[in-house]
Amino acid sequence: MIIDHPLLGPRDASEFTYMGDAKLIDRPDWQSQTAAQEFYEYGYLRDNPAGWHEELWFHEAGDRSWLVVTRNTVTHDISKVELARDVARARGRSK
Amino acid sequence: MHDLQPVTALGGADPHIDTFDHITITGNNGLALASVAARMGHEKACHTALKKLLGTVPAPGKAVLHDPEAGFWMGPDQWMIGAPRETHELLADALKNKFGDAASVTEQSGAWVCFDVIGPAMPDLCERLCAVPIRRMVAGDAQRTMIHQLGCFVIRRDNPEHIRILGPRASAGSLHHALITAAHSVG
Amino acid sequence: MTQVNRLAGGQIDRTKTCNFTFDGNPYAGHSGDTLASALLANGVRLMGRSFKYHRPRGVLTAGSEEPNALVELRGGARQEPNTRATTIELYDGLLAKSQNHMGSLRFDLLAINDRLSNFLTAGFYYKTFMWPAAFWEKLYEPIIRKAAGLGSLSLKDDPDVYDKGFLHCDLLIIGAGPAGLMAALIAGRAGADVIIADEDFALGGRLNSETLSIADQSGADWAAATIAELSSLPNVRIMPRTTVIGAFDHGIYGAVERVGDHLHTPDANKPRQVLWRIYTQKTILAAGAIERPIAFENNDRPGIMLGSALRTYANRFAVAADKRVAIFTNNNDGHRTAADLHAKGVKISAVVDVRPDAPRSMDYEVLQGEVVDTKGRLGLTFAEVKLADGSIRTLECGALGMSGGWNPNVHMTCHQRGRPVWNDGIAAFVPGADLPTGMIVAGAANGDMSTAGALKGGATAAKLALGLKGRLPKLPKAEDAPINLKPFWYVKGCSRAWLDQQNDVTVKDVKLSHQEGFRSVEHLKRYTTLGMATDQGKTSNMGGLAIMAELAGKAIPEVGTTIFRPPYTPTAIGALGGRHRGQEFHPKRLTPSHKWAEEHGAVFVEVGNWLRAQWFPREGETTWRESVDREVLATRKSVGVCDVTTLGKVDVQGTDAADFLNKIYCNGFAKLAVGKTRYGLMLREDGIAMDDGTAARLAEDHFVVTTTTANALPVYRHMEFVRQCLFPDIDVQLISTTEAWAQYAVAGPNSRNLLSAIVDQVISNEAFPFMACANITICGGLRARLFRISFSGELAYEIAVPTEYGDALMRKIMEVGAQYDVTPYGTEALGVMRIEKGHAAGNELNGTTTALNLGMARMVSKKKDSIGSTLSERDGLNGDGQLSQVGIKPVDPNDPVPAGAHLMDADGPVDAAHDQGYATSACYSPHLGHAIAIGFLKNGTDRMGERMRLVSPLTGVDVQVEITSAHFIDPEGERLRA
Repeated sequence: MIIDHPLLGPRDASEFTYMGDAKLIDRPDWQSQTAAQEFYEYGYLRDNPAGWHEELWFHEAGDRSWLVVTRNTVTHDISKVELARDVARARGRSK
Repeated sequence: MHDLQPVTALGGADPHIDTFDHITITGNNGLALASVAARMGHEKACHTALKKLLGTVPAPGKAVLHDPEAGFWMGPDQWMIGAPRETHELLADALKNKFGDAASVTEQSGAWVCFDVIGPAMPDLCERLCAVPIRRMVAGDAQRTMIHQLGCFVIRRDNPEHIRILGPRASAGSLHHALITAAHSVG
Repeated sequence: MTQVNRLAGGQIDRTKTCNFTFDGNPYAGHSGDTLASALLANGVRLMGRSFKYHRPRGVLTAGSEEPNALVELRGGARQEPNTRATTIELYDGLLAKSQNHMGSLRFDLLAINDRLSNFLTAGFYYKTFMWPAAFWEKLYEPIIRKAAGLGSLSLKDDPDVYDKGFLHCDLLIIGAGPAGLMAALIAGRAGADVIIADEDFALGGRLNSETLSIADQSGADWAAATIAELSSLPNVRIMPRTTVIGAFDHGIYGAVERVGDHLHTPDANKPRQVLWRIYTQKTILAAGAIERPIAFENNDRPGIMLGSALRTYANRFAVAADKRVAIFTNNNDGHRTAADLHAKGVKISAVVDVRPDAPRSMDYEVLQGEVVDTKGRLGLTFAEVKLADGSIRTLECGALGMSGGWNPNVHMTCHQRGRPVWNDGIAAFVPGADLPTGMIVAGAANGDMSTAGALKGGATAAKLALGLKGRLPKLPKAEDAPINLKPFWYVKGCSRAWLDQQNDVTVKDVKLSHQEGFRSVEHLKRYTTLGMATDQGKTSNMGGLAIMAELAGKAIPEVGTTIFRPPYTPTAIGALGGRHRGQEFHPKRLTPSHKWAEEHGAVFVEVGNWLRAQWFPREGETTWRESVDREVLATRKSVGVCDVTTLGKVDVQGTDAADFLNKIYCNGFAKLAVGKTRYGLMLREDGIAMDDGTAARLAEDHFVVTTTTANALPVYRHMEFVRQCLFPDIDVQLISTTEAWAQYAVAGPNSRNLLSAIVDQVISNEAFPFMACANITICGGLRARLFRISFSGELAYEIAVPTEYGDALMRKIMEVGAQYDVTPYGTEALGVMRIEKGHAAGNELNGTTTALNLGMARMVSKKKDSIGSTLSERDGLNGDGQLSQVGIKPVDPNDPVPAGAHLMDADGPVDAAHDQGYATSACYSPHLGHAIAIGFLKNGTDRMGERMRLVSPLTGVDVQVEITSAHFIDPEGERLRA
């Protein structure tokens, strides 16, 4: 596969390491009343769609960026590639 | 002055040179290296300091071939700076003085082995080594790629037959072997 | 032998004679021949035996689709089985053998199978070898294995090398026939980066096999002229002998270039083949079409082949398959073959055409009818024809051409799960709409069967691929005749009529498959083996589908095809492996002291890609234990040195660096003073321990973090994930410095004395206490780092210098340390000392253990958020019955305590239900004089002194042990702080 890196352009998928569902960005608040349940869901519950899926890919043999790649798991089409840091910020994460 | 003698990545005091009809592979032992990464919120100041140092800020996938310091883009807000070891042994300290709080600086001189590959068969050799589009790259293009499973930087220099390869120093022998093997293959 | 069947003309080089040997007999051919054409020229029709029935077989085709003429090529270690004689480029000194026979090729003892054919039908194995079950392993499998397969392996290492490579282009053209060449010409002239690849050594495709003209030239001359122009264009790369084997995602193609296969021996250091990974924007598939045979009784005798193969042998290779040739056809193409052969002086016995309206000829007889049987034990002698009026006519012929129509070569269009669609006009499948990204199909591969159609298709495809504006250039005039095909798959009433000659699948087998309910094409394939093995049914699948469709009362497109998968043709494993074999399987990582260690006779061990000194044997030491025991004792007595460069090192800088460490480690780092080092335990988000190491605070905003050797990469990846994805605004910058610094552990009571002679600063216990760290200088000014940390349990330091000075520092330590008998030690002694000290390592951080198991529950801070802290509090990981780390020692000091063995109650049963824990790391402790182990035990901390059994039913170990503290030496840690 070819992943169109937002900074570097098209790169061979072999340069990347795959992690999985980009929901892993949405790490729960440890001080929430229901933190235990939320972390359980965060850690263990994943959708496994036959179709479009937002995924985390790490450009390990490249610029060390984490990317969010929107990929169709059936056709391997890729519709969107973003820097995970931008996605995390857009989802309200900071530090 | 201390009395410890540095050795090249392939061992020994002098850089290794392999000469073929169509290609020369030279171990380049003369580079001091340090990485510079912009601190959060100080990106502008970091860019200013880079510009002052190199003339321009290396963009993603690019190197600035400048003297005595040169640099290339490593990742978002991160660059590698190189300079002659002879004059810049303490490059990291010097850069930290220049960048101050604008950047984190890390010495990288010992982490890399550098090979200069020069000759008319350079593009053929590159095609046997890595996936970079070597014939489409122009002077100043710098790409990270895998060579013999090793993460390397490939930098296209001004001479159209010259490419510089930086690879992990601990695997200098394996990388050198891969280069020599490819040089034989395309001869 | 003379080349009795050699004709005039052709594209062989008669000035170059190639002597070759087949089955030990010498023959001669010419440069430009294939092995198949040279054998036919010498009158050799019999080239092999069939897979199952051992029937005599010759060539069916003249190309890579060949099912029959498979030979063992070359000898010795270079012997290659199942090589198609039709694609082997002849060279001087070529050596080949026929295969799959017991005894000689002419008198194969296993031909008895042919007499047993009533038993060996489809599903024979499934039905026969069912019972008794005990017979399978001892009797059935060995017999089947002996009889199975075709060629034999040399079982020697392949002496040749294979390369891999990477190419980039705007347009990849697969196939250099009329469509491909025309596309390349237009794209090349337009300035695009073009790669044109063809599996053949001669480019031109069918143009080399035909007498048709293009404009005022012969097709072959037009091809040669076009190739000459393409060669002059720097933006066009012409790759003959290159098979594109697969279309992968997003415009990536695999191709095998055979750079050395046509040479007697590849040049020294040069590869035999190169596997290219081609990245392209657009692709034109111009792979042509493959002619299909017709099934009739005994249609597999040597001499019976595709009509197009006869034509190729005659026109391109100047070879008549025999002096007398008959043709069996259902379309006009068969007549073209007859005309070409007749023009070359070959006697045409007759053209048998199933169509009532077949074209007539002045030159030879044309019969309306069907070939119903053949004769000839080792090669065709007669064909029996049933004429339209029902009468039988016998034709004398040594070769018979079958022309059943053409199948477009849709293989590559289906590699991304596209399915071909049926075209009634040519009664064949053509590419569907769902093509791999960027692919356009042109020429015969797209169902355009005429030369003019191919030229136009190629030109149009190039224009489309590159988005060229304007009108197509004027194309040269070429043949444009329809072939007027009448679908005809098999002769009614036949049974032993071969569909798949490679797997010996007949019409009868397909009928049986249908009768027994294996009716889907995928079932048909598995049940009968139709379309399996090296040719993947290129000449046979369609016949099988057509018959299945007829039996099922369906249309052919309703039955569909099996799925086409890469590679297009068989690909050597060597090519897929490339240079990555033997010592070059993966790169080596050498530590800075490697050269020194080699000089001192170290035995090395692979740790990931690293080579680490395992121990340093001395003269007189006969076992590894002697060396290791000595190294341990010497270190504990005076001082030892060990290269620990392989530990992962990450430079962590930024104003939020301490906050960041607080997040990745379960214990706290915010309050760590500058100049101090702290042990850190890293958890996964699920609360399981991930890795451990130290973090040294060199400045407010600067830490150096170490990881275990094995986890350097995953930990770095994890740290970047936390930084970029979880806390995107945190001011932290990371870079690996694993290889930037050479780092040595200097351990033992004399370590301070030794280092004081090297380090420029004062490192007394007061000035540089336990867990101190600092940037220092050594030997009068070299920058270095010093950490007072200990893995051995002794007074110890780790000292680091820039890697290029690592070799010099090792030599300096040994020189200065001579007065203390400094002893270099390897990973074994390192391991022994850490087990003696009870330090956890990879065996304990094994992906199932928690901080609590490791005895570090109190380290998990509840005052802050860190990765894994929340889920580490789960009930299931806490409370009574959890494992905790303990020491294990044998009651009898002579007993072993092997790692992996399980702890059981002293008098309870030994089974999984009563498992109490297990030993993780074990060694002989030279300090204590007996074996020791550390491991995990349920409620272990409360069971000190308990006697238990340590059992390993697999290795027969069952010893009495005592549970102790994991700290076998210096439990109070006095040595560390001395």
